[in-house]
Amino acid sequence: MNQIVPATTKQGSHEILSTEDHEEFVTMFIEGQMFGIPVLMVQDVLGSQKITRIPLAPPEVAGSLNLRGRIVTAIDVRLRLRLPSRKEDGEDAMSVVVDMKGELYSLRVDSVGEVLSLPAAKFERNPPTLDPLWREFSTGIYRLENKLLVILDVPRLLDFTKSEAL
Amino acid sequence: MDDLLSEFLTETAESLATLDVELVKLEQNPEPKILSNIFRLVHTIKGTCGFLGLPRLEAVAHAGENVLGKFRDGELHVTPAAVTMILTCLDRIKTILSHIEATEAEPEGDDKDLIAQLNAAAEGKLHLDDPAPAEEPAAAAPPPEPEPVVAEAEPAPVSQPEPEPVAAAPAQHQQEHEPEHEHEHVPASVPVTQAIVPAAPSIANEVPKESAVAAQTIRVNVELLENLMTLVSELVLTRNQLLQMVRGNDDSEFATPLQRLSHITTDLQEGVMKTRMQPIGNAWAKLPRIVRDLSVEMNKKIDLQMIGAETELDRQVLELIKDPLTHMVRNSADHGLESTNERRLIGKPEVGKIVLNAYHEGGHIIIEISDDGRGLNIARIRQKVMANGLATESEVEQMTDQQVSQYIFRAGFSTAEKVTSVSGRGVGMDVVRTNIEKIGGTIELKTQQGRGTSFIIKIPLTLAIVSALIVECAGERFAIPQISVLELVRTTANSEHGIEVINNAPVLRLRDRLLPLVSLRTLLRLGGDAEERTETFIVVTQVGAYTFGIIVDRVFDTEEIVVKPVAPILRHISMFSGNTILGDGSVIMILDPNGIAGSTGEIVGGSQAATETAAARDLHAEDRQSLLVFRAGGNDLKGVPLALVARLEEIEVEQIEHSHGKPVVQYRGKLMPLVTIDGSFDVRTEGRQPVLVFADRERSMGLVVDEIVDIVEERLKVELSVDQPGLIGTAVVSGKATDIIDAGFYLTQAWGDWFGSPEQEFQGENEGKRILLVDDSPFFRNLLTPLLSVAGYEVVSVDSADKALSLREAGDTFDAIISDIEMPGMNGFDFAQAVRSEGRWAKVPLVALSSHATEKDFERGREVGFTDYVAKFDRDALLQTLAQSLSAKGAA
Repeated sequence: MNQIVPATTKQGSHEILSTEDHEEFVTMFIEGQMFGIPVLMVQDVLGSQKITRIPLAPPEVAGSLNLRGRIVTAIDVRLRLRLPSRKEDGEDAMSVVVDMKGELYSLRVDSVGEVLSLPAAKFERNPPTLDPLWREFSTGIYRLENKLLVILDVPRLLDFTKSEAL
Repeated sequence: MDDLLSEFLTETAESLATLDVELVKLEQNPEPKILSNIFRLVHTIKGTCGFLGLPRLEAVAHAGENVLGKFRDGELHVTPAAVTMILTCLDRIKTILSHIEATEAEPEGDDKDLIAQLNAAAEGKLHLDDPAPAEEPAAAAPPPEPEPVVAEAEPAPVSQPEPEPVAAAPAQHQQEHEPEHEHEHVPASVPVTQAIVPAAPSIANEVPKESAVAAQTIRVNVELLENLMTLVSELVLTRNQLLQMVRGNDDSEFATPLQRLSHITTDLQEGVMKTRMQPIGNAWAKLPRIVRDLSVEMNKKIDLQMIGAETELDRQVLELIKDPLTHMVRNSADHGLESTNERRLIGKPEVGKIVLNAYHEGGHIIIEISDDGRGLNIARIRQKVMANGLATESEVEQMTDQQVSQYIFRAGFSTAEKVTSVSGRGVGMDVVRTNIEKIGGTIELKTQQGRGTSFIIKIPLTLAIVSALIVECAGERFAIPQISVLELVRTTANSEHGIEVINNAPVLRLRDRLLPLVSLRTLLRLGGDAEERTETFIVVTQVGAYTFGIIVDRVFDTEEIVVKPVAPILRHISMFSGNTILGDGSVIMILDPNGIAGSTGEIVGGSQAATETAAARDLHAEDRQSLLVFRAGGNDLKGVPLALVARLEEIEVEQIEHSHGKPVVQYRGKLMPLVTIDGSFDVRTEGRQPVLVFADRERSMGLVVDEIVDIVEERLKVELSVDQPGLIGTAVVSGKATDIIDAGFYLTQAWGDWFGSPEQEFQGENEGKRILLVDDSPFFRNLLTPLLSVAGYEVVSVDSADKALSLREAGDTFDAIISDIEMPGMNGFDFAQAVRSEGRWAKVPLVALSSHATEKDFERGREVGFTDYVAKFDRDALLQTLAQSLSAKGAA
């Protein structure tokens, strides 16, 4: 009868995290562009890994890998964002592992940066001129001092049901 | 103590604990969901004690269940007093249980008082709505007993002397634990409880003690086991790494301890694996006893057969299907099978059969429960559906029997004439289905009036361990479930049995057969080196009835793997049934032979098809046929089974003569009528005219065609049927839509028109003989019916064995029966058995018709009662066999 209400949820949306209107993001880079995802979604940050190719999978699916006994599906964020694939086979690529409804996905990016705590005041919605695909995968933009940080909408990024229809 | 009994005690103790909580919940919030849960728990307790031979317990539970039933039907309201009643009933059950635990027998005495109260309550005679004592806190577990009720019952000789007070006393308290607590909170109720729990008069003074039985097993959260499993996997990986480091370094001081670590790790891994996997036989262990007791109680002879008890199942899954299985077996025994007398009267073997069969198939575990009893009473279900307002009369009319039978999965649906202690309350099939669907399974039902019912439960293998063959192709490794692998063939570039190619389709001569091959490289678009390899391996794989080879580069050994589902974004790829982590830590995809077979265009039959063992598998081999593709009367491609064509001829146009305005040609000393596909007679005016010659005994017929295109081997599947005479339908042949012509139509056209009515003209001895043709394929029915008619037989054709048997039931008689072997539902062998076993057809000649006629098939066919066995396309043989069988019968 007594419902136990979890104080925090592990993979919850980033609103829970906002302490005094600040949110924390793990930043990462692809082609020099900075992206961020809410820190609470991140399980692990991995260096280069041995990845098993999955034949017939969508091209954005780089393969699967073993993370401490769990099978993680690797997504090449570059290809997902329709950026050119890396020439040198992504040997030194890094990955951010996120948990989506109990399934683990590793998002392969060029490199992973620091964790930033950002005030909501600097948050803006996507500019309408942004590529529709990027608008689909981004919740908004943070204005940093010398850069813009694109916040990735992880659930959408991993929702392949729409792209299959394309 | 008897395993069965101790399990019952453990289970029931758990159920009772749940019931206490649930009842209190119900009191606060009378939701149907809670109520049905309570009802089910009590029902289960009652049911189980029935089988264990615990009449006293059963009687109490039955009475309690009656009251709950009234709640459920809305005839009684859930009031505190009523709940108290039920709790009292539970307390009594606990008391009896604790006695059973100590002595393995029910205490003497009876519970008439309590049962009388409960029955009175069920009949609504007691005023359960009486306000309970005012001070009663709503949430307290057993609220004080409504005094009047108890008082009324008091004069009955409630407190019987305890038969073995000393022995019984220490163990009584497992079940008293709960009430004990409650007493602390509600001290007022103590004397009352004592009064109504006479078998345990001294509870209040005893120190509660853990039940000995309950302590033997513990329940562990599966998640914990899952975590353990993950940890062990990691440990294995680390161990492997360490071993790698020490390898080649034999004098290392780490070698010995590492060796030990390695062993322990392996044992640990196995141990943890074992905690999750159990043979399904564990869930079946108590069934023989249940069936035995039932057979005694109901005076039926029952033979329970259990096949595949060693099939391993994830523990969690096993737990969830255990109750449904028990329930279904119980149902089969109770409702399914007729009584021995009844069976004798209708000519069935006296001993009824219940068969449980479990096996792995194509990434699933299939469990079948079948009986050879009376089958579902579809008519009754229809009535019941209407009576319960689940569908209108017209809706019910339109439903097929199959659809109607699905209603038994609805909650509260029972067609049992009377509620027996065994079943018939309508708890059951809905719960069964819910439980199975909870684990992602499906349940199918097949029933046949008078022949029995079978349930097919299909549970996904996602949690199961399978042994898999690891293969490599284009540098990638894949696992193929060992269960579908028949054999491995190694071919080298210069070996005598190399891979041959027909129009890009690779095949392999394997013994006496041509094995279709699938290149994994092509199928999975792996790319890589297409150049000739010096050696390749072929994994001969079987899916249902279809056997094919998968071409791979290398074959490693087999490994036991834990199948894990693929990520949702990859589920659409039908080639994979899951993925797994190998011993070396790498992730590997598990190939799904079903998916691969499907992608090669092979249509895989339903799961039921594979129930028959190897013998049947041989028969189910693929139905490929050679088709002659030609053009005639237009540009469309037309096709006809090559086996029907006697010869291909080219006739000099000058030789074509006319008789009665119709073209004929002298052919082998006889006149052969020529028929055109569209009835117009514009044959070529010069040169040579291609003709397909169809021959039957002395008669031939020439079908005039424009061009013979090709001869292809194809699985013939008529996709579109048309109503046009002369056409069976359209099939895809070599990727092109091709009209399949009805040779029979042209045969009758030529002969019918030309020689008059065939019945009068020839085969006089066959005149009026009635033949029953049983074949599921419309193609063959269309083909054979005219053929047989032409030969002078009167033909009735049906598309299934069931329909044939209903003809028998309807009183039809035939001179001979021709039956296909491979048919959905009842196959030819079963059909033959059914025909032979009883009824007016028992002596009728029975000819089997199959596309595969091997010695083994003949053998089996004769065993089950077929008179003869004929290959499907051998028309002459068929006619000959028929004539022989009929004359043999006449002589007999």
